[in-house]
Amino acid sequence: MKCSDFLNELTNYLDGVLDARTKAELEDHLAWCHNCYVVCDTTKKTIEIYRDSELYELPEDLRTRLRTAIMSKCKQKKAEQSSS
Amino acid sequence: MGTIQPKVSEPVSDELALVQAAKAGDVGAFEDLVRRYDRNVFRIAQHITQNREDAEDVVQDAFLKAYGNLAQFQGQSKFYTWLVRIVVNEALMKLRRRRPERMVSLDEDVKTEDDSVPREVADWAPNPEQLYTQSELHDILTRTIQGLPPSFRTVFVLRDVEGLSTEETAEALGLSIPAVKSRLLRARLQLRERLSRFFQKRKNGGVLNGGDHNQ
Repeated sequence: MKCSDFLNELTNYLDGVLDARTKAELEDHLAWCHNCYVVCDTTKKTIEIYRDSELYELPEDLRTRLRTAIMSKCKQKKAEQSSS
Repeated sequence: MGTIQPKVSEPVSDELALVQAAKAGDVGAFEDLVRRYDRNVFRIAQHITQNREDAEDVVQDAFLKAYGNLAQFQGQSKFYTWLVRIVVNEALMKLRRRRPERMVSLDEDVKTEDDSVPREVADWAPNPEQLYTQSELHDILTRTIQGLPPSFRTVFVLRDVEGLSTEETAEALGLSIPAVKSRLLRARLQLRERLSRFFQKRKNGGVLNGGDHNQ
């Protein structure tokens, strides 16, 4: 397996959707190719850091305000539908 | 080296019952759906629009559109996947309005020069997220992901942040599965490349201070 073949399979490998044979070939490549090992390891960390980052959390006061606005319009819509 | 563990999602067994009740006119059931997904919707909207006010509008518009079109939800996909499709469309419309000079499309398959070939292969410090304060880290992550083209950013956010499957992401974005996989690979590699300058180890064992970030 060449480094470019490894890169093509990287997403499938990280997502755990490779067949056993390709996975074994890939792990064999990782065992001796330090660059691919680092790319694989740091890509995995990239995903984990973003997944755990809690970017753009919705503040509770804004959450309540948005939900109140949404539900008031939904109720209005429902009232219009039932009166027509 | 193991695989990425998916986020544990909340049980959705009662979701269909809530949708049915909402369709039958139970506004409270729809409110439960809003509570269940508003945080996700806000996060996706803000990642795509990169603007807080736009994201707030998208949350409202998307839920109202979902409410108005509940009759068209046939239950062939999860309600959340259906909702995400609405959210992405609303968010892209906002982005186009704000940046009319730039074409914003999910179909664009942006080819930047050798973006899939890693150039930076230095290993990262252990626990790189602990090198920075929480607010510095948020700033680094936000600015880094904002640098991706919208089509890459959206696929990465749905797959890796929100934990949708490849199939669900494809359905929500109206893309083929190979297109999702190709964008996801390139998004992941580009983010990795850009984060490397903040997180890599120095040769002497210290940490390289990230670019111009802390100057």
